Order: sequence, then structure tokens, then C-alpha cells
Amino acid sequence: MSLWVDKYRPTSLSKLDYHKEQAAQLRNLVQCGDFPHLLVYGPSGGGKKSRIMCLLRELYGAGVEKLRMEHQTLVAPSKKKIEINTIASNYHLEVNARQGGRSVLFHLLFHCFTSYFIFFFIASHLISSSFSLLHILFHLLFHCFTYFVSTVMLETRTRVVIQELIKTVAQSQQIQSSTQREFKVVLLTEVDRLTKDAQHALRRTMEKYTATCRLILCSTSTSKVIGPIRSRCLAIRVPLPSTEEVCSVLTAVCKKEGLLLPPELAKQISERSGRNLRKALLMCEACRVQQYPFSADQEIPVADWVIYLRETANAIVSQQSPQRLLEVRARLYELLTHCIPPDVIMKGLLTELLNNCDGQLKTEVAHLAAYYEHRLQLGNKAIYHLEAFVARFMAMYKKFMEDGLDGMMF
Amino acid sequence: MQAFLKGATVQAPKAQKEKALAGSSTEKTVKAVPWVEKYRPKCVDEVAFQEEVVAVLKKSLEGADVSMLTWNYSSSPSDETFYIALVIVLICPVLYRQRVLELNASDERGIQVIREKVKTFAQLTVAGTRPDGKLCPPFKIIILDEADSMTPPAQAALRRTMEKESRTTRFCLICNYISRIIEPLTSRCSKFRFKPLDNHIQETRLLDICEKENLKYSKEGISALVRVSEGDLRKAITFLQSAARLSIAKEITEHTITEIAGVVPNKMIDNLLHICFRGTFEKLEVAVRNLVDEGYAATQILSQLHESIIEKDFGDKQKSAIAEKMAVVSKCMLDGADEFLQMLSLCSVIMQQSSQD
Repeated sequence: MSLWVDKYRPTSLSKLDYHKEQAAQLRNLVQCGDFPHLLVYGPSGGGKKSRIMCLLRELYGAGVEKLRMEHQTLVAPSKKKIEINTIASNYHLEVNARQGGRSVLFHLLFHCFTSYFIFFFIASHLISSSFSLLHILFHLLFHCFTYFVSTVMLETRTRVVIQELIKTVAQSQQIQSSTQREFKVVLLTEVDRLTKDAQHALRRTMEKYTATCRLILCSTSTSKVIGPIRSRCLAIRVPLPSTEEVCSVLTAVCKKEGLLLPPELAKQISERSGRNLRKALLMCEACRVQQYPFSADQEIPVADWVIYLRETANAIVSQQSPQRLLEVRARLYELLTHCIPPDVIMKGLLTELLNNCDGQLKTEVAHLAAYYEHRLQLGNKAIYHLEAFVARFMAMYKKFMEDGLDGMMF
Repeated sequence: MQAFLKGATVQAPKAQKEKALAGSSTEKTVKAVPWVEKYRPKCVDEVAFQEEVVAVLKKSLEGADVSMLTWNYSSSPSDETFYIALVIVLICPVLYRQRVLELNASDERGIQVIREKVKTFAQLTVAGTRPDGKLCPPFKIIILDEADSMTPPAQAALRRTMEKESRTTRFCLICNYISRIIEPLTSRCSKFRFKPLDNHIQETRLLDICEKENLKYSKEGISALVRVSEGDLRKAITFLQSAARLSIAKEITEHTITEIAGVVPNKMIDNLLHICFRGTFEKLEVAVRNLVDEGYAATQILSQLHESIIEKDFGDKQKSAIAEKMAVVSKCMLDGADEFLQMLSLCSVIMQQSSQD
């Protein structure tokens, strides 16, 4: 038993469901032999990683999917030992550029939280239908574990790691270069989280080892990738699928599962998912567990924290007082301790609050959110900034309402 | 650096390389060479557009006397910066590896390296003749690429070395912004300014390459290429090569070029602005969300918005208010703020300002 997301991940470029023109171009790229460094970018859930894996498969054949975990020890110039885990096949090496330490754990848990809340949901349902509890728990743990290992603990903050890792790959030649490609691939995910220093180090490495090694960089946005790196790569943009495309993928997956998905429900799920295909598939699976056969107006399960956030926003709008601010603060803490990243909280609050104010005020709120989110990125204690945002909003909202009332009086 | 050079020459042995240069370019070299390298001018006369600089350099080459330290800087990141360095070297291509030390930003260039590596290299003397008996200038060249990213202490460490070893070594510093080089260094060098390339000249160059590589192209595609690259020929050539790789045996169109360059189609920008001027906040939110979902980089959207706003007929006051907000947003995005929130905030400023007429 595995999640639909993993089960129906396309494995070759020809099987991709959308952006077919781009897939054809990628195939051309592989065939012409002269393979450049790639920079794949686009919002999450759009299928960047799937495309990269397909591309690797196209390059090297099925051998790419035989993954193994490697444990390496690097020595930094300061004689400090850095231990890292990587995922590699015979042809490629995958490195995640997360900044190590606290933030890793934070994001990791969030990821588990969002993707696997549905899993919990499924699990709880299955338990009630007398499935083996042990089996499910085991599976869950396994999933979390693999995820953990794949993302974790790369102290890539230092450029040393980047340089050393790529050097070790690049310096070892492919063994049978007559039958295989003469280069290996290093897949670096979340490049936008690399420090400027590490990015500059990459720049030289990229040029120096072009003969034996190609880089595929993967990031959500190119804004934080420095110019020199961008100009050395062939940039490939992966937009999110349109709602229609999400619909058709959902229908196709359900068909493969032998289920009947009413078009209304498919449409609703794809709209709810915000064009994020991974989210849509997870939602669809949750719906399946909740109720089958599907009905067209079935309720789609929503994550607890989303509802909690919505309630928080409503609390802010309904009353503005120091008392309420304290309550909201407690709720924000609750969210933070459940590992919801602060920027997600901020965005969630903004969307909810925007629904509750009119024209002029909306602009102001948008400014506020942008301002405090920026400070949140710079600072290191999220609650200050979230709370400041809420307080400012309350003050503004109250003033606006009072002005409105005064206007009515006269 | 030497390792890099070695790597390059091992890849394409000299004889082969020269054959490729002299012979037909349709014949592919064994290893694929980036076109930027392949079509780099090989002698002074081929350098496009920078007439004054070329004239001065030719003069000094005739006398086999590069008596001054060359100092190249360009106000725009133009590919040409690097040409001249190569050009000087080409007096004696055989001696390149012995006589030239090239350091760029990705090399370690702290004060330590200047004191040890650069200094020892500079102190060596070389003969005034080539192995085959011909005359050649009796000095070595140290090229410091992207010199503006060197720290001031490291630059200061160069001062004395530069003067003392001038008998045996010439320095060539290349940078984008001369203001970031310390004063004592600038006064020791002669300066050459490289102009950004004219669109017309870029176009002929690109067409030339298309011709040599047997590419199919449309007129719009090439002009889009020129527009997108903003006077940067290296960028244009890299884009051209990428486009050629992606669409084998197909015409290179405007669409492919904009896609590779990651440029937001004008239609989307116009649409966004239209909503800013006419629409409501709700519509704006949807439009911005859409733009971010399409995966376009916010910095790119920002620079394109900037261009169109400048061209629009607003009052000066509105324009300056918007420009100020753009500067703030740009800084925030550099700090890693969320793109959606920043774009929304910017667009709402535009909306506010446009409604004030």
C-alpha cells in the first residue's frame, strides 16, 4: 500500500500528463547529447521533481531508480568534521540544500504534517474498519523515516559541503564510458536556500568539472539564485497545471484505481487544491477513504490547522481589544508549536482577513502583511512579527470602523 | 586556475581546436564547446564595436610594448570585457600557460593569496623571445577578473607589487564598477571603457552564428533575443544555443526565446497593469496569484513592470511613488521575503496611485 501520489508518479518523459511540449523539448535535449546544466524552477506541487527523475531515466535508463543511501564524512578547513547523508544511484547524487539544524526539522515536520494529516485520516478510518493497526503505524513510520533521511541534516550552510560533494562525484570518472554517458549528474534541490557564499562557490565548480559532471538545480523561484548561476544554466520553468489538467489527472488516477469520480467532485477538489497536483491527489485519496462511492457534493476534508487558522482570523475581526490580542497570541503559539511555518500562517491570515474588509482597507492590510513577513524573514523569533501584524491590523480595523460609524452619525 | 586551463586544453587538444577554428565550423569538435567560447573573437580586428579601445591596443601591440597596465572596465556586463585580455595574450598563444595567471571571483583572492601566489608569480622573469626564436614581449600577464569583488585590503596589497614588478609583469584588471576599486589602484592603471553593444551589431553577430551553425530562425526570434539580452552578447549567445538544443531542426521562434529567458510575456504584464488601473482588489489578488503560480520569478516581473510603468503616462508624482515602492520590494525580495505578498503589496500601490489622477 502506498499513497497515490507515489504510486502514479510518471516514470518516463512520454508518460507525463501535462506540459507535453516541454517534455518533447527535454527529450530533444537528451538526444542531442550535449547536455547543459539545468535550472528547473516552479512552485511546489507542479511536478518539478517528477520531471527531473523522468529526465534522469531517459538519460541513464532504469538503473537510476536503484537508490542507495550513503553516509559521508567531510572535513571542513577548520578541521571540523561534518557528517552528511545523501541519496545516490550509480549515475547521480541527490543533495538537498536545506540550511541544516533547526529549520530543517521545522520544515520537515510541517511537510509531514500537511501531507500526512491525510494519512492519519486514512489511518483512523482504516482502523475503524478493523485493519491491522500495527501495519499502518509501521507504514507511517517508514514514510516519515524515508522522508527524514532524504531531506535531513545536510549542513550545507557551509560552501565546503557543496564543493566537496560535487568534487568527489566529478573526480570519479564513469567506468564504462563507451556504453554510458560520460558524465554523472548531481541533483541539488532547493538551491534558493543556499547561502550567497555557497552559490558563488558553485559557480566555479560548475565550470571546472563540466567534463565529468552536470548539475541539475531545482528551486521554487529564481529570484534568490544569483545571476551568474542563472546564466550558466538552461532554465526550465515548470508552471502549475491548470485546474482542467488537475481534473483530468484526478480522473485518470481514479480510473486506474477502478473508481468512478464524478466530474463535479473532481472540479471541486482541483479548485480547492490551488492547482497543486500533489495536494489534489492527497485530497482525492482522503475523500475516497471518507466515503465511497463518491457523491458529487461530498465534503472535502480540510486540515485541522487550516480550520484553526480561519477561526483565529475570525476572532481577530470580531473583536479588537488587548484581551482578544492575548487570546490570539495563544492561538498563534499553538500553531507554531505544531510546526506550521510562520510564513504560511501569515499568508493564511492575510487571505482570511482580506475576505473581511473592504476596498481601501485591503490595500493597507496587504502592505502590512508584506512588511511584517519581510521582517519575519530577517528576525528569528516569529511570534513577535505575527503578533505585531495582528496588533497593527486590530488598531487599523478598529479605527476604520469607528470612522465609518462617525460618518454615519453626521 | 591552472587546473581550469589544463582541464580546458585536455578537453580539446590544441591541434584539434585550431583545426576547428580554421576549418569549417559545421564540422563538430569531439567535445561540445559552448558557443560563447567558440565564437569569441580571436584577434583584435574581430572585436566588434569598441573602436577606441581597439585602436589604442593595436598601437601598443605594434610596438610590442604594452607599457601600461591595462585596465578594462565596462559600465555594463558586456562580453567584450574579457576579449581584450585574450587578445593581448594572442601575441604568443604558445606561451599562454606559462605567462598568464588568471584569477576570477570564484578563486580564493584574499590578501593571503595576493601576497603569496600573485607576488611569487609576478617576481619571475621571462625571456623576450619565443622558443622558435621570434620576438615577443618580455613580460607576463596577470588577469584579475571581476576585480571589483576583491576586498579593499586585498586590493591594497596589490599596490606595491604592481609597481615593483612592472618590469616583468603586467596586470590586467577587469571589473563592472570602477568605483569599487580603490583609488591608488586606478591611478596606476590606464583605463578602457567598454560600451554596451549596439542592438544592430548584436543582431549581425547572432545572424552570423546562425549562419555558421545552420540554424533555422525567424526574424522575430532574433530580435526577441536581442531585446531579452539587454546588450549582453554572452547572454544572447547562450540563449541561442539553448534554443537550438531544445528545438532540433525546428525554427527558433520568439516563443522559444522568451520561454528560455524566463521573461514574462508582455500580454501578462499588460493584463496585470490593466487590472491595476481598472479592476478591483479581488481581481488583482487572483491575477497576482496566477502569475506566481505560473512560476515566473518575481524579480523578473518586477523589472518588466518597472519598464512598462516608466513608459505609461502617469504624473511624475505617481511614478516616483511607485518607483520607490519598487525599490523597497526589490530589497525585501533579496532578503527572502515571500513573493506573493510583496507583489500584492506593490500592485496595490500601483492601483492606489493610478486612481489618484
